[in-house]
This record gives sequence, structure tokens and C-alpha cells, in this order.
Amino acid sequence: MYRIVRKEALRPTVTLYEIEAPLIAKKAQPGQFIILRVDEHGERIPITINNYDPEKGTVTIIVQTVGATTEKLKHLNEGDCLQDFVGPLGKATETEGKKKVCVVGGGVGCAIAYPVLKKFHDDGAEVHAVVGFKNKDLVILEDDFRKSSDILKICTDDGSYGQKGLVTDALKELIDAGNQYDEVFAIGPMIMMKFVSKTTEPYGIPTTVSMSPIMVDGTGMCGGCRLSVGGEMKFACVDGPDFDGHKVDWDLAVKRNQMYRDFEMHKHEETCNLFKKEAE
Amino acid sequence: MANMSLTKNPMPSQDPNVRNKNFEEVALGYTEAQALDEAQRCLNCKNKPCMTGCPVMVHIPEFIAEVAKGDFEAAYQIISNTSALPAVCGRVCPQESQCEKYCVRGKKGDPVGIGRLERFVADWHNAHSTAAPEKPASNGHKVAVVGSGPSGLTCAGDLARKGYDVTVFEALHLAGGVLVYGIPEFRLPKSIVQKEVDGLKALGVTIATDTVIGRTVSIDELQDEMGFEAVFIGSGAGLPMFMDIPGVNYKGVLSANEFLTRINLMKAYLPDSDTPIIHPKKVAVVGGGNVAMDAARCAKRLGAEVYVVYRRGMEELPARKEEVEHAEEEGIIFKTLNNPVEILADEDDNVSKIRCIKMELGEPDASGRRRPIEVAGSEFDLDVDCVIMALGTSPNPLIKSTTKGLEINKKGGIVVNEDGLTSRENVYAGGDAVTGAATVILAMGAGKTAAKAIDEVLSKK
Repeated sequence: MYRIVRKEALRPTVTLYEIEAPLIAKKAQPGQFIILRVDEHGERIPITINNYDPEKGTVTIIVQTVGATTEKLKHLNEGDCLQDFVGPLGKATETEGKKKVCVVGGGVGCAIAYPVLKKFHDDGAEVHAVVGFKNKDLVILEDDFRKSSDILKICTDDGSYGQKGLVTDALKELIDAGNQYDEVFAIGPMIMMKFVSKTTEPYGIPTTVSMSPIMVDGTGMCGGCRLSVGGEMKFACVDGPDFDGHKVDWDLAVKRNQMYRDFEMHKHEETCNLFKKEAE
Repeated sequence: MANMSLTKNPMPSQDPNVRNKNFEEVALGYTEAQALDEAQRCLNCKNKPCMTGCPVMVHIPEFIAEVAKGDFEAAYQIISNTSALPAVCGRVCPQESQCEKYCVRGKKGDPVGIGRLERFVADWHNAHSTAAPEKPASNGHKVAVVGSGPSGLTCAGDLARKGYDVTVFEALHLAGGVLVYGIPEFRLPKSIVQKEVDGLKALGVTIATDTVIGRTVSIDELQDEMGFEAVFIGSGAGLPMFMDIPGVNYKGVLSANEFLTRINLMKAYLPDSDTPIIHPKKVAVVGGGNVAMDAARCAKRLGAEVYVVYRRGMEELPARKEEVEHAEEEGIIFKTLNNPVEILADEDDNVSKIRCIKMELGEPDASGRRRPIEVAGSEFDLDVDCVIMALGTSPNPLIKSTTKGLEINKKGGIVVNEDGLTSRENVYAGGDAVTGAATVILAMGAGKTAAKAIDEVLSKK
């Protein structure tokens, strides 16, 4: 069992959890993820690591409430335990040797973009960041981003904070202003990563994306997370999660992620009703 | 006087048309009377040929003699001296190619039902015995076991009985390996695996789940920092293979490993499970081994019409005969001498058809099996909404890629000597991690061999 030592609501639907997991905290690198299971009936879900403290023996994750499992998680409190917490999984993001990069984060993906961005920054690169949110109420980690980036652009879909519009527009402005990036690193919803890749492709800027397909075990034994990258089959949990955004078969990846949509919607509703009943 | 009946006592089992709608165990096991009667068929041969067919050398005639006397607990003690998992082996071993293959009674009529008797004895013990196994005194030596499948559990059990301080590291959240994620409940109830694991814990074995060796902790750290004097790698062969045909990534195409893991480990067929599973109407399971039979029979239980698509004929199916018979009884349709060439989908990328080509058998190939040859122009489509690939698995590359100096063969298996020792000092390996996908009992034999070798080295320290 893995104890929640800190729980902090960053936004109404975005929550930070600091989990006691000393072995994982000791090994974790930016870009890696964990798999957790809330309780004994729980499913295994992958969540990318936001932060880790080897001395304290804790790992921090930031989770957006989107379905049954994240709803269950939200109802746990400090001191409660998660049934399972496994990792660190996947390959770490390669951050070495880059002089100038742009990190693009979308929504809760920013929680994951942050440790990668910080590593680029700590390794001495000039770091530009473009982070996008639906609206002002969903903006997270602004101070952290500001501290570690040379330029920070915050976008909201509705213009309620920062620049109105999509991250791809802001990224294009930076490129067109003459910024020559060694790499663009994008993490967020698949559709956002797809369009970031489409934006950089004509400029020939190497683009790395952190893929988030459906996973079960996260150790390479089922192939549920497989992707087509450059025409080859890759398992995101062991070969990734980072891949060359210009080589990913995006349409397939986006569709495969909708495989269980009906079940997921139903399960989420069921879970919400359960909690409502308990509250009554 | 021995019971000279030429036939085995039949195994009571659920009716095929009932069981193909539930996940409960198919075979119900012998009653005491049936076990007593079957045990009388053993001639207690002097040279015990049956034992030569058992990779862990269970003292077969001795335990059967106790069954014949009605002392089932004594029979259990004899089996458990050499086997860590009797309730499992009695169920899933291919006895027809092991112990029972060499039974003298099999020369004329059926061999003695050794597997059925082993199962009876283990179940009897689990139902009646309350005595906790005695925890042996510690000898102060620490051994790490990587993987809690049959080879790891056997190795751990043998060492724990000798007083070693054993920790088993398991990547998943439950111990058992293929016994919990692969073999379905209807062949091997998970409560039985749990009981065997609990038995090991009572012997003093520590089971560390959620620990991925190669990621959470490396083999080097186990040896250098955590003080394990020897390591046994029993990480299995869990890397699934997919056919290299168009359409293999469409929605509704999955590996048997994924399908079975969702069903067996995650219990996705139960309403209170949070793990989703597809509920297909028509399924093609590609492959002909035991895993293909398990996947097909699970899909049937989810309500689907199920085809097994296999490129050779019924005679060549690599699955156990008994499993094929069970599948046929349950209504699985065999499309043998067919090979998939493409998977087709609707506009939303959901599987809609599998395109197959007919095959005929040519001359035997290097493996001694007749080589399947495509019949030109014989393509046809099967309407399906799900394709399950059960083409076999290979050793997971994670440990190899994170352990320096560990020699690996061309097929990804860890290279070992006759004692199970790898190219790394004090690191042993066995089971599917060495051989590629094989059987539960061979993995157990390998775990046993390594435990013996580890004991020989460490007991001299």
C-alpha cells in the first residue's frame, strides 16, 4: 500500500498527490511514468511523474478528474493509501546536448511538461515554454514554469487569461520570430501533440512527443499501448513514451484511444452516482 | 488387488452448454470414492517409470499408495516434498506427455489418472488441513527471486524450506505470473494460486509486488546494495508477437496476453471491475496453442461466436488435446488450414473482417511438422469485430537491457549452464526466460534445479 502524504487541489478538477514510494523516488527521471491502482477492484492507469524527492522518498503526480478511476482517486485523502503504485516506467526523456528548446504543454500535460522543462533548464539550455489551457480556471504551475523558462507564453482557448488561441498559434509566432530550436517537446492531449507536430514539420524542427495510449501492465507484456511510428510497431510503455512526433501515425493513435469510450463514460457516471449516494 | 479397469475414472465436469456461459471451473475434481478407486489402478511398479516423466520428480507411486489407503494428508506430504504447487500442476500439467505417458497401465488402456489424483490430494489438503507449515530456522543467507511465476515460486519454496531468507520480486500487483494473468479461472481458480502463494509466505518467503526489476530496482542493486547473495531470474516470456499484416493496429485487434490479462488479472468480466473489456459478437483467435484455446474459450464466455484460425490442420494443433476437445464441446468453431493475410475495418477503424487464405500441407520442415503452403487465389473474408493474436511470446527484453554482462541467445533467452547459472556471478535463471514459452512444469523443474545449485554454493559459505 502507498500512502498519500499530501493532497492539494490545484484547480477544481486538477489535484496534486504526493505519494510515499521511496524506491520509485530514488530512480525516477523526467518523462517517466507510474501505474497506479486505487483499490482492489481498480483498473491500472498510467500517470506521468510530475516530481520526485529521493530524500523524502515521495513521488508527486498531478491528475485531472476525467473518469471513474480519477474520480475515486479524488475521494481519497491525505493519509489514505493507494492499492498499487508501480514504476518508474518507460524511458526517461533525453534532454542532454540541447542549446535552445521549446516545451509545449497542454492542460494537465503541463504537469508532466514541467519536470522535462526544468531538466532542460538545469542542463543549461535556453528554454521557451508555451502552455495552453481551456480557460483561466484550469491554469496550473504558472510560477514553476515562469522560474525555469526564458520565455513563457500562456494561452487559453477563450482568452480568459494570457493569449487567446491555441498553443500551435503561439508556437508558430515564436518560430516565425526567428527562434531556431534544436527541439520542440510537446505533451498534452493527443490531438494537440498531433498539431504541434504538424506545425513544426514544414520547418524541419525535431519534435518529441510524450504519447499516452491506453495501457494495462506498462511493462511490455500486452501490446495494448502499441503505436505505429515510422511504419514500425512500438510499445509506448517500454519503447517510449517519447517518440518522434513527425513519425507517429496520429489518426490511428487517436482512434485507438477511444476504444473503450462507452464503457468509460458509463463507469464514470456509475462512480459519481455511488459517491453521491454515500454523501446523502 | 489392483483395480484392473482399462479406463480412468472420468473427471466430473460442468455441462459444456452451461460452462460456456460462466467462468467457474470446468473440471469438478474426483470425489473421495473416485480417488480411492483410481488409486487402486496403480501397480506400484518397482522401477517407477512415471517418475521419469515428472520434471520435479514427485514420488508418484508412494503418494498414490497413501491415497489407496485413504490417508490423503500423508499423500499430500509426499507430493509437497518435491512440488511447491500440486493443486496447480494437477490441473494444468500436460500429463499425457509427462508422468502419464510412461505409466505401465497406459500400454493397454488408460494410464493411471496421476494428474487427477494429485489435484484431488492437494484440494483435499487445502480443504481439510489447518496445520500451518512449520517455518524453518533461518540460515542467514539472502536470495532474491525475480518473477513470481511457476519457476520463481518453486525456487523460492525449495530455498525457504532449507532456511534461506527469500524475497520474490513481482512486477504486477498479484503473485503467480501466468497462473494469475494467463490461465483462466475456469481451468485454474485464482483462489488456488493464492493459497499456494500463502503457503510460501507461511514458510517465510517475502513477496514484493509492484516491483519491476530493471526499472524499480536493478539486478546489480539487488546484489551490491540490498545484500542478496544469489539472484534467480524467472521473469518468463511475456512479450507478445503480432502478425506483420495490414490492419494489425485497428480497434478490436489485441494480443491474447492483453485479452487474458484484462479477464484473468483484472477480472474485467465482473461488473464491479473498473477495467474495460470488449464484448465482441464474432471473434477470430489466430493461433493453435493452449493460449489460443484459453482466449477462444474466454471470448465464448463473453457471449461471442468464436473462430480459431490456424494455418495447419486439426492434427497439428499445438494445444493439448483435452483443451481442443473442451473448446469444441463449448462451441468454438475451428477454421484450420487458414492463415490471415489482412484485417479490415469500418470508417471508424473498428475491425469488420479478417481476410484469410486457404493453406495446404507440404513436406515436413526443420521442426518436423508439415509446412503450410498458401493456395493461390483462395482468399476469403470472415465477418468479425475482434481479432485476438495468440501467436506466442518471447522473453521480455527489460532485464537483458538493464543488466550488464548477462549473456542472451538469438531468441532473447538468457543463456545458462546445466545448474541454471548465467554468465553473471551468482545470478541464475530458469523457466520461459531461458527457454522461451514452454510449460508450467518445465519452469518448475528449472526453479528446482537452480535452488539446488544456489544451496550448494551458499551452504559452503
